[in-house]
Amino acid sequence: MSRRPYIRPMSQTTWYMRNGRYKVYMLREMTSFLVGFYTFLTIYALATLASNSPQVWNSFLSSQQSTGMIALHGFALLYFLFYQTFPWFKLAPKAMPVQVGEKTLPGIYIVIGHYIVWAVLSAFIFWLAGVI
Amino acid sequence: MAIAKKAIVWGLFAAGGTLTAFVFPALIALFLLIATGNVPEGMQFEQIHVFVTSWLGKVCLFIVLFLSLWHAAHRLRVVAHDFGIRKDTLVASTVYTLAAIGTVLSAYYLWMIKA
Repeated sequence: MSRRPYIRPMSQTTWYMRNGRYKVYMLREMTSFLVGFYTFLTIYALATLASNSPQVWNSFLSSQQSTGMIALHGFALLYFLFYQTFPWFKLAPKAMPVQVGEKTLPGIYIVIGHYIVWAVLSAFIFWLAGVI
Repeated sequence: MAIAKKAIVWGLFAAGGTLTAFVFPALIALFLLIATGNVPEGMQFEQIHVFVTSWLGKVCLFIVLFLSLWHAAHRLRVVAHDFGIRKDTLVASTVYTLAAIGTVLSAYYLWMIKA
């Protein structure tokens, strides 16, 4: 180790503002708040369902109906798609390359496969929920 | 030992990331429908209650909640570091405790939902 190591001056709180890639990285990281929020919202929904009473469940449903909630969910849906779902599918071939014989399967097939599974799974959830 | 623990945390992060990427858009869309007042038929008490009373419904929901909780916890720990919070032991114990509480609550409420 050198006696006078060069340490670049670097902000610990705003370092990602220097570079577009870092900014996108931070925007992607923010989806972890959405995962936490919607997980606990679902747990809260289960808590009202655990009363086994239609009245309690219905009052939960009405408590969720407001312009603010529409705006929040609309924003969250778009944000989540563009900063979690799509990037996750895009990196899938790099995270788990599929080897066929001596070669690796072209990444585009893995990405398309993810979109197909996503479409089928989402359709299944909407079918279960009675949306379609 | 450190390596073994890291593998577990990383595995939960990766599994949770994949699952949330696939499932959360539909989940958020359902909350959006509820917020607009167009509560889907399957979200009415009778139907959702029957679904969550079944073992298959309970297991599916528990897996989704469990993996989402630990995925969020692991990433929020990293986010705290990215924002310059260097008290990792405190941050890690906070987020993993929250994930553990969420896991226990999920299991408890799912258990309590009966016909």
